[in-house]
Amino acid sequence: METYLGEKQQASQWSPYINNGGSCLAVAGDDFAVIASDTRMSLGYSIKTRYSTKYLKITEKCSIVSSGMQADIFTLHKVLKSRAQIYEQKHGKPMSTDAVAKLVSRLLYYRRFFPYYTFNIVAGIDDEGVGCVFSYDAIGTLERVKYSASGSGSSLIEPVLDNQVALKNRNDIKKEDFKLTKEYAIDLVKDAITSAGERDIYTGDFVEISVIDINGTHEEKFELRFD
Amino acid sequence: MFTLGSVLDNDFKSTIEDFSFETEFSTNQLMLPNIEKPFEFAQSIIGLEKDLQENENQLMFHQQKKEERKERALIKGYKGTTTLAFIYEKGTVVAVDSRATSGQYIASQSVQKVVPVNEYMLGTLAGGAADCQFFLAHLGRICNLYELRNNEKISVAAASKLLNNILYSYRNYGLSVGSMICGYDTRGPQLYYIDSDGSRLKNSLFSVGSGSPFAYGVLDAGYRWDLSKEEALDLGRRAICAATFKDSYSGGTVKVYHIDENGWVKISDDDASELWYRYEEKEKKKK
Repeated sequence: METYLGEKQQASQWSPYINNGGSCLAVAGDDFAVIASDTRMSLGYSIKTRYSTKYLKITEKCSIVSSGMQADIFTLHKVLKSRAQIYEQKHGKPMSTDAVAKLVSRLLYYRRFFPYYTFNIVAGIDDEGVGCVFSYDAIGTLERVKYSASGSGSSLIEPVLDNQVALKNRNDIKKEDFKLTKEYAIDLVKDAITSAGERDIYTGDFVEISVIDINGTHEEKFELRFD
Repeated sequence: MFTLGSVLDNDFKSTIEDFSFETEFSTNQLMLPNIEKPFEFAQSIIGLEKDLQENENQLMFHQQKKEERKERALIKGYKGTTTLAFIYEKGTVVAVDSRATSGQYIASQSVQKVVPVNEYMLGTLAGGAADCQFFLAHLGRICNLYELRNNEKISVAAASKLLNNILYSYRNYGLSVGSMICGYDTRGPQLYYIDSDGSRLKNSLFSVGSGSPFAYGVLDAGYRWDLSKEEALDLGRRAICAATFKDSYSGGTVKVYHIDENGWVKISDDDASELWYRYEEKEKKKK
């Protein structure tokens, strides 16, 4: 295989990676988490399919969404699902969200020298019942946050979440007066991903949104623009 | 890949069942793609910004490819960062910022750049985020095993040497780690700088990252061995604040830690811009 460092004037080197687009986001509240992703799979200027799921429910208390290359997303989800099953059968209880988060980080770092081209977000309820969101880069940097967005529309969604969830750069409301309710968060997530669909060509078609709280996971699907 | 760490890993492995998945837990078995020159492939695919710049001469004819590659920004980097640590009479002070960037996008303003190795040792993160997180967590496990086997606390010199040997075995793989191991052991406050190129340096003060020149300016000017605890913490805080002010790749919050014979303690966590205005107010009042 011709390597890049060896040659100087060759035609462009083949790369195993492609970006299938899509946006994902998640928001955590005091006792719930909302996680959403669009379902469009693109390649360059074409849409390959309007429904290709990027969401996986790992346990009743934890889910993952990924954006990036659909092949790697599929494989990562497959491996993750089987690892969660193995854990449950070995230990007699489902994986906690913290354990899932660490496992995803390990799975990604194991492929440090040939990464999964995926940008993941894990969201759920931790052992104390508090909502949590974990965001990753392609090789498994782990960070627990209150909200996160990834994918092609992430730079459109993140500023909205900075302003509406973390109340950054706002003069009209104080942190002490603001409480993030479940209804507010669901509406916010729906609006944010719809707005991303307006301005990002790779985001659209359908959105899978899921709300995780102490009673379990409630999944929903709605339509975005098809253009 | 034989490493000093792998000697300990063999014991660790024998307690794990024979699952092909379980190899993820040993660092000496990170998956390599099954091709002729795996390290060069790895570097070409996901070079961090440093590698991209080094290859710039070769990239002259491939301007478009370079932009594509930078766009992908697979790795969240702590290359743009400022971390510092110094030892003084009463212990060790560690101060860090909390910004992580992928290319020019600020990926996060609330990153934990200090990782506890054990109760009396801290490691700082700079360079590739995932690399640092992974290897420092691995170092924490090795130190824990050492304590259990030998019934004594591992020294900072030994811990830093273990990490150094592991990283040296991954030299030229494209890892990026610029970590400082800071602690307090029987020899007093200790500070080592560990690099992914394989260097291990001992000194009384270090600053790592893109904002380090600015931090060094403040730190070198104010550093003495016989500082009081308050003065030392303030010095660390001011140095990071100055770096976040001038370096666009550093920012977020300024976190300060202190390590003495009782272990490490997180002292403060202040927003970098608010801190700057506070210092400005103090200067005005003095006048």
